[in-house]
Amino acid sequence: MTADQGGWDGPEPDRLYVITRGRSGPSGPGVFDLVTLIVSLAEPTPAMQPEHAAILRLCRSPLSVAEVSAYLELPTSVVTVLLADLLDDGRIEARAAVPAAELPDRALLEAVIHGLQRL
Amino acid sequence: MDYSGSDTVVGPASADLLPDTVTTAVKVVIVGGFGVGKTTLVGAVSEIRPLTTEETMTQAGVGVDDPTGVERKTSTTVAMDFGRISISDKLVLYVFGTPGQERFWFLWNGLFEGALGAVVLVDTRRLEVSFEVIGRLEDRGVPFVVAVNGFPEAPSYPLDELRQALDLPSEVPIVACDARSRESSRNTLMALMHYLYELAAPPAG
Ligand SMILES: Nc1nc2c(ncn2[C@@H]2O[C@H](COP(=O)(O)OP(=O)(O)O)[C@@H](O)[C@H]2O)c(=O)[nH]1
Ligand SMILES: [Mg+2]
Repeated sequence: MTADQGGWDGPEPDRLYVITRGRSGPSGPGVFDLVTLIVSLAEPTPAMQPEHAAILRLCRSPLSVAEVSAYLELPTSVVTVLLADLLDDGRIEARAAVPAAELPDRALLEAVIHGLQRL
Repeated sequence: MDYSGSDTVVGPASADLLPDTVTTAVKVVIVGGFGVGKTTLVGAVSEIRPLTTEETMTQAGVGVDDPTGVERKTSTTVAMDFGRISISDKLVLYVFGTPGQERFWFLWNGLFEGALGAVVLVDTRRLEVSFEVIGRLEDRGVPFVVAVNGFPEAPSYPLDELRQALDLPSEVPIVACDARSRESSRNTLMALMHYLYELAAPPAG
């Protein structure tokens, strides 16, 4: 279901509540942007919460927060809580997006233009 | 879903893996009303099969205490499509499509924060949504270009007439687009990048 149609199509709220143990993600801009790249620094262990293990498996190659959310089929607000746990434990690296409120510089834009030309 | 097995979560296909050299990701947002071609445009330029991510909106002030003492909040979930374009071995661009109607603006905080800019996709049959979106982007200071998606049954106006109708400042680019075409969609993103380039300060020194 797309946003345009509205409505609930994801996992039930109760399950999400259990996954995060009742914690909710930061409401404002936090550590994680939708395009912060996540890279695993550790292997999953059997003792880990399954969602944490799944993230470590997914992020063996860099993956954006939005992609992690899409593959786990979990809302980004839940995913960022899980990512914060892993970051605190030093199990992932977060490659931060270009800082907000900073105008992109011309070198960056030139690179993007260059890349688009090859598309 | 059960995450306990090693392969219960289907991740990216091996061809879709980003190299470990990628250090920076940037994003742009495609915004417009229902059926204007956002999903089509994302799919046209994306190197991966477009994905869907969910955002939840927690309704303010409706937390309820139930007898177990567990606080519950009601939330609404909205899905967004997005795609990816590898720019270089260090840089990757994400393209998000998001609905423009006011009731979805709660999505905008995380989305436009740090975005390079936006493409307002316009359907000439329904200009009202575009008005709202353009006003909102201007308020937030998000740079944008306007792309007019040509539908066969839609009235076709010269772009300068549309500029007037939309009350667009003269510096804001307005381009024609066919979201079904990779080249046309790519050119639309390119128009945004060239505009951003003009806005960006030349390097110091
Ligand atoms: N003629 C024409 N049809 C389009 C164009 N872009 C999208 N469509 C069609 O319009 C419909 C809605 O497009 P979609 O991308 O789902 O719109 P969204 O709601 O903004 O994501 C689909 O059937 C598309 O094939 C376009 O540029 N020209
Ligand atoms: Mg869509």
